[in-house]
Amino acid sequence: MKQEMSLMVVFLILIVYDLFASENLKKYFQPVACLLFLAHTIYGFFPQAVGTSFAGMYVCYGAEISMKNILNIGVLLVLLQSNGWLSKEDTSFKRGEFFMLTLLTLFGMYLMISSGNFILFYIGLETASLPMAALAAFDKYKNNSAEAGAKYIFNAVFSSACLLFGLSFLYGACGTFYFEDLATCVYSTPLLVMSLVFISVGLFFKISLVPFHFWTADVYQGAPTNVTAYLSTISKGAAVFALMAILYKVFGNMYDEWQNMLWWIVLITITVGNLFAMRQTNLKRFLAFSSVSQAGYIALAVLAGSVQGMASTMYYILVYIFSNMAAFGVINAIETKTGKVDMTDYNGLYKTNPKLALAMMISVFSLGGIPPLAGFFSKFFVFTAAAAQGQYLLVLFALLNTIISLYYYLLVVKAMFINPNETPIEKFNSDGYMKISLVFCMIGLIVVGFARGIYEYLSLVGFGA
Amino acid sequence: MDFLSLFVLVPILMLVGFLPCKNIRQIRTVAVIGSSILLGLSVALVCMFIGERAAGNTAEMLFTFDRVWFPTLNIHYSVGVDGVSVVMLLLSSIIVFTGVFASWNQQPLTKEFFMWLILLATGVFGFFISVDLFTMLLFYEVALIPMYLLIGVWGTGKKEYSAMKLTLMLMGGSALMMVGIFGIYFNSAGSTGTFTFNLQEIAQNGIPIEAQRIFFPLTFIGFGVLGAMFPFHTWSPDGHASAPTAVSMLHAGVLMKLGGYGCYRVAICLMPQAAHEQSWFFLILTGISVVYGAFGACVQKDLKYINAYSSVSHCGLVLFAILMLNETAMTGAFMQMLSHGLMTALFFALIGMIYGRTHTRDIREMGGLMRIMPFLSVSYVIAGLASLGLPGFSGFVSEMMIFVGSFQHTDMFHRVFTVVACSSIVITAVYILRVVGKILFGGVQNEHHKTLTDATWFEKIAVVTLIVCITGIGFFPSFVSDIIKGSLTIMTSW
Repeated sequence: MKQEMSLMVVFLILIVYDLFASENLKKYFQPVACLLFLAHTIYGFFPQAVGTSFAGMYVCYGAEISMKNILNIGVLLVLLQSNGWLSKEDTSFKRGEFFMLTLLTLFGMYLMISSGNFILFYIGLETASLPMAALAAFDKYKNNSAEAGAKYIFNAVFSSACLLFGLSFLYGACGTFYFEDLATCVYSTPLLVMSLVFISVGLFFKISLVPFHFWTADVYQGAPTNVTAYLSTISKGAAVFALMAILYKVFGNMYDEWQNMLWWIVLITITVGNLFAMRQTNLKRFLAFSSVSQAGYIALAVLAGSVQGMASTMYYILVYIFSNMAAFGVINAIETKTGKVDMTDYNGLYKTNPKLALAMMISVFSLGGIPPLAGFFSKFFVFTAAAAQGQYLLVLFALLNTIISLYYYLLVVKAMFINPNETPIEKFNSDGYMKISLVFCMIGLIVVGFARGIYEYLSLVGFGA
Repeated sequence: MDFLSLFVLVPILMLVGFLPCKNIRQIRTVAVIGSSILLGLSVALVCMFIGERAAGNTAEMLFTFDRVWFPTLNIHYSVGVDGVSVVMLLLSSIIVFTGVFASWNQQPLTKEFFMWLILLATGVFGFFISVDLFTMLLFYEVALIPMYLLIGVWGTGKKEYSAMKLTLMLMGGSALMMVGIFGIYFNSAGSTGTFTFNLQEIAQNGIPIEAQRIFFPLTFIGFGVLGAMFPFHTWSPDGHASAPTAVSMLHAGVLMKLGGYGCYRVAICLMPQAAHEQSWFFLILTGISVVYGAFGACVQKDLKYINAYSSVSHCGLVLFAILMLNETAMTGAFMQMLSHGLMTALFFALIGMIYGRTHTRDIREMGGLMRIMPFLSVSYVIAGLASLGLPGFSGFVSEMMIFVGSFQHTDMFHRVFTVVACSSIVITAVYILRVVGKILFGGVQNEHHKTLTDATWFEKIAVVTLIVCITGIGFFPSFVSDIIKGSLTIMTSW
C-alpha cells in the first residue's frame, strides 16, 4: 500500500505545482518531477508491511513489491529521457500533462499487479490503458501520433471486451471474483477453458504476443519515441506481471491447459516477431518487432509456471527495461536533435557520436543475449526455467530464434560501426537528463548480470503455480 | 584471488589500460606489456603444474578455486586446470603475444581494434580455465562476438558477409550447445539430488544413458561448429580470409581449439557412453572434413583461403582423433591442437606480412619472393614443412600419434577411416608445395615487387617466437605430451 500512497503523493504535488506555479517557477518542473519520482522509487525499496487489505481485494507481498520496484526504475528512466522532447516548442506547454498521464497509468499498473479481485484488476487495467492512448496521441498535430492514439484505444477497448467476456464466464461458473476463492473452484471444464482463453487474450493484446500484435508496429512508430519506450517496456512489463499473477494464482489448477496454449503462442511470437524485424528500416518499427519477439521470451518464462519461472520473468523484464530504454534513449536523443529514425541514417554514427553508438551497441547486444551483458543472464535464466519443465524443444526453437534476432541486431551495429556514410549524423551533445539515464542503463546492463543478489532475491519472493 | 583468475583479470586490466591511451605508441606499450605478462603467467603455470604433478598431486584439477555465484541454480564461478587446459592456455598466450606484434601497425581505430582483440582473448582464457558449464558458456560467447566487429571493421574483401556468416553460424552452434548444457544440467543430479554445472561433479554423478543419447549429439555438434566440422565448416574459409592478420591468427590458432576442447571436455567426458555409441557417425563427418578440407585447399588461389581450408582439414583431424576415444589418439589430438594453433598462426602472420607488402594474396600474381624477402620466405617454407608433417616439427609428432592411436582400433570401420584420413597427409603436401613453389621460387611476377623490403624487427619477433615453439615441440614432444597424458589417464579410464 505504501507505494501507491507515495505515488499518489507525488502525483498530487505535481498536479498542484503544474496548475498553480508561475511560468517562472515552472522552469523547474522537470527536475522537481524527476527528483520526486526518484524519491518515490527509493522509498519503494524500504521494507514495508506485507499482507492483504480490503478483505483480500488488495494483495501486496514481496513479489508484488518487487514488480512495482522494477516498473518504478523503468518509469524513472522514461521521465528522465522525456526532457529533450518535452522542451520542444510544440510540447513544452504540455509538460505537466505528460507527467500526470504517465503517473496515472503507472498507478493503474500498480492496481493490476496488486489486485486480489477481478473488479480491482479491471479498474487497474482501464486506468492503465486509457491515459496511455492519450499519451500515444500526445503529438496530436502529427498525423502518425493521432493515428497511433486511435489504434491504441481501439485495441485497448477490444482487448477489454475479450477480458470482460472471459470474466463473465468465470463469474458464471464460480460466482466470485476473489482470486483466492476462484483458485479452489477452477478446474478444467470447457466453460472455464473458454474463460481462460478470453482473459489471457485480453492480456496478450497488451503484451503484444502474436497473433494479437498487429497494433504494435503502427502505434510504436506513430507515438512519440518517449511514449513508445514507455509502451514497450513498462506497459508490457506490467501486463506480463498481471498475466503471471492471474495464471499462477487463479488458474493454477489448469496448468496443463495454459501451458499448451502458451507453448504455441511463444513459438509463433518469437518466430514472427523475428522474421518481421529483419526487414524493418525504421528503427522504431524495428524495435517494435524486436519487442514482440522479446515478449515471446518473456512468455516462455511465464510458461514454466514455477517459482523459478516467476523469478526469471521479473529478472528478464528488469533487464529488458534497461536494454530497451537505452536503445530508445539513443533513438530519442537523435530524433529530437535531427528528426532521423531510419537505420540508414545511423550509418557511420560511431565516427561522429561514439558514445551514443556504444550505448546503442551495448543495448542491442543485451537484447540479443550476448555476455557479459545482463541480457545473457536473463535469457539463460528464462531458458533454464523452461528447460526445468522439460520444454527442451521449445527452448531449442527459442535459441535458434536468437540467431535470427542476433542477425538483425547486428545490422544496427553494422550500420553504426561498419557502413560508410558521406553525411553522418553530426556530432551533438544530448541533454543532461538523457546522459544520466543512458549511464544508468549502461551500469544496469553491466552490473545486473553479475550481481547475484537480484536474481536470488527475486527467486526468494517468487511463487509458482 | 587465486592464480588462475589472473588469466581473466590481466586482459580486463589491459582493456582498462587502453582507455586513456592517446596514441598508437601507448596502445602498443599496453598491449605488449599485458600480453607478455600473460605469456609469463602461462609459462609459470606450466612449471607449477609440472611441479605439482612431480610432487605427487594426482587431483584431476589443480589450482582450483570455487565461489558460489547463483545459489538457486547452483551456478559457481569455478576454475581449475588439468594438463589439457594448461597446454591450451600456453598456446593462447603465445598466439596473443605474437598477435600483438603481428598487428603492430594496425590502422585505423587502433585502440578499438586492440580492445576487441583483448576482449576476445579474455573469453578464450576464461573458457580454458572454467570447470563450470555456466562460466564456460559465458566465456565462450564472450569470445565469439568480438569477431563480428574485428572482421567487419578491419577486414578485407567481402568482410561484412563473412563476419555475419561467421557470427551467426557460431551462435547457431552455441544455441545447440546451450540446449545440450540444459540437458546435462537437468540430468546431472545422479544420486545426490541436486543439479550441478560443475564438470567434475557431473562426471562423477553420471548422466542417464537415455539423456546422453539426446544431448551428446547436440553438444558435440554445437562445439563441432566451432571446430569446423563438416558440414558446418563453411564459416571458416570466408571468416579467415576476410579477417585482419592478428584476428586470423587468434581465430584459427585458438578459437577453433575451443571447439575441439569443448567437444572433449563437455561432450565426451560427461557423456562417454553416448560417445561410444555415436562416435561412428561423427567419425564419418570429421573424416570428410579432413579429406575435403585438404582437397579444398588444393584448388584455392588466395593464400588465406588455402590456409583456411587447410585449417578445416587439420581441425577435422583433431575431432577425428578425439572420437577415437583412446589415450594415444587423444594425446595426439591435443598435440595437434597445439601444433596446428602455432603453425596456422605462423602461416596467417606470414600471409599478413606478405600481403602488407605485395597487396595481393593471389598466388598467380606472386613469384620469386625468396630473393626479395628471404626471411619471410624461409619462415614460410618452415611453416609449410611443419604443416605437412616433416619430422622435427610439431606436425609430425601429433599426426603420428593420432594415426597410431586410430590404428589401435582393430575393426574394419576404424581402419578404413584411419587410412582415408592418412591420405590427407599426401594431399597436404600437394597444396603446400604448390604454393611454396609458386610464390617463393621461379621468376618475379611483378616488377614492383622487387622494391619490397624484408621483415621488420617486430615482425621477426612474432615469427621467431612461433618457429621456436614449433621446432621445440618437434624435438621435445614428450615435454608436452606428458602434461597432456597425465590428465587423460584419469579421463579415459571408463
